[in-house]
Amino acid sequence: MALLEASDLSLGYDSRYIVKGLDFSVNSGDFLCIVGENGSGKTTLMKTLLGLIKPFGGQILTGDGLKKKDIGYLPQHTALQKDFPASVREIVLSGCQGRFAFRPFYGKAEKQLAFENMRRMGIEELKDSCYSKLSGGQQQRILLARALCAAEKLLLLDEPVSGLDPKVTAQMYELIRDLNKEGLTIIMISHDINAAVRYASHILHMGVTCFFGTREEYLKSDTGKLFLMLKRGGEACA
Amino acid sequence: MPDKLLMYFQHPFVRYAFIVGVLIALCSSLLGVVLVLKRFSYIGDGLSHVAFGAMAVAAVMKLTNEMLLILPVTVISAILLLRTGQNAKIRGDAAIAMISVGALAFGYLLMNIFPTSSNLTGDVCSTLFGSASILTLTQKEVVLCAILSVAVVLVFILFYNRIVAVTFDETFAKATGVNTQACNLLIAAVIAVIIVLAMNLVGSLLISALVIFPALSAMRIFSSFKSVTICSAFLSVICAVSGIVISILAGTPAGSTIVAADVAAFGLCSLAGLIKRGTGR
Ligand SMILES: Nc1ncnc2c1ncn2[C@@H]1O[C@H](COP(=O)(O)OP(=O)(O)OP(=O)(O)O)[C@@H](O)[C@H]1O
Ligand SMILES: [Mg+2]
Repeated sequence: MALLEASDLSLGYDSRYIVKGLDFSVNSGDFLCIVGENGSGKTTLMKTLLGLIKPFGGQILTGDGLKKKDIGYLPQHTALQKDFPASVREIVLSGCQGRFAFRPFYGKAEKQLAFENMRRMGIEELKDSCYSKLSGGQQQRILLARALCAAEKLLLLDEPVSGLDPKVTAQMYELIRDLNKEGLTIIMISHDINAAVRYASHILHMGVTCFFGTREEYLKSDTGKLFLMLKRGGEACA
Repeated sequence: MPDKLLMYFQHPFVRYAFIVGVLIALCSSLLGVVLVLKRFSYIGDGLSHVAFGAMAVAAVMKLTNEMLLILPVTVISAILLLRTGQNAKIRGDAAIAMISVGALAFGYLLMNIFPTSSNLTGDVCSTLFGSASILTLTQKEVVLCAILSVAVVLVFILFYNRIVAVTFDETFAKATGVNTQACNLLIAAVIAVIIVLAMNLVGSLLISALVIFPALSAMRIFSSFKSVTICSAFLSVICAVSGIVISILAGTPAGSTIVAADVAAFGLCSLAGLIKRGTGR
């Protein structure tokens, strides 16, 4: 049974449909990349998968004993107040929140995990800084460390590299691939089509016509060819 | 002056006032940080007016134990108000304004139609500003207050990490399996208990000050959630104690003196924050 299976999924807000009849499935160990234009409903899909928004129709089945507490999530935007008093350590630790059902406090294991993820993201020396006073890229890395703390089986990333410099972006992709190799299932939204076809095992293209398949199938499909050409052409011109 | 204080301390009602003052100041400051950060500062105000209305009803009904009515009414209102705050379709602030002003008017109206004592203005004034009530507490009220405060502190400590997670990023907490709705309900219930408790100390018009000032002061100086919470608890207790001492020595009303001390502390903390930022770079 697949980890996640969406059948005939329709998404939208209020009474406006954004996507209709979406079918795809994610198996344990997959690396699914979601691509598509601005406003095509990628973030909406991710929020629906997380249970934050109700789908208009269709259903999402979960398998392999996937529970909410096994999921890590990096939001596209985190609207925070400017003066929110929270240290980096506190925020990363809050990713371990779902792990304890009835225990009130963080144990050694959680603190260790938080520290490891801060080291992975290269932010351990920031651990006592105030989150709201850091740069956008630093904040992004902190939120990624938090997501890693929460992700036991599945990691959902909404544009993880936005705001990161090229060096850290490359590191980030390597890191995500390593995590995937260690057995973590990954669903990532990205506008970086090159990275998508390089790292992903499956691709979900959202737009007027939706496409779902393996990377190889996508590269052969008309949707894929057209999108790749447009994107790469656009980048070559720019 | 110490002799005068010592003499006052021989009276049990002064000791009660100190115990209750410290406990309430501690409780109200704990959740102040959460309320300020969740943009719920106004809810304390709304709830205190609801509690005032409930108190008027209790007085008219001649209930022997007013708490039995005030506490549940305020808890239910808190839950309803936080609910509407989450629902984008109903304007949360408008709902709060409606309920709070309505309750205030209704309470005053009731007290006027069914006067329970000859000194109506004095009664109203003391419920609104908590003028003398702090020095007229009975032993039973002190015990109740102590039990409720201990419960509030315990709940806060046990759920501290969840409260932090929900306050910082509710969406993430919800997505990763934290029961955010239960958490919000808990926060609402605890706030209601604190408001009802604090009515004894500063009266219903000044409660917001007690809840919000220590948190805002602490946020001027510290930048992690834990240090802000601890600092605001300390500040609040210090201000309450000095406020009560001053009010006894100078004969000023306890509630407004405490709030004045909180305002002064805020001024000092703002200054300290400016200096800290100035030397920081
Ligand atoms: N909270 C909301 N309420 C109503 N409509 C919304 C809301 N959020 C997004 N939309 C609409 O839904 C559509 C899809 O938005 P979504 O955020 O899913 O796009 P996206 O694919 O993630 O785009 P981007 O690449 O810019 O992140 C957009 O047309 C947007 O106007
Ligand atoms: Mg998006």
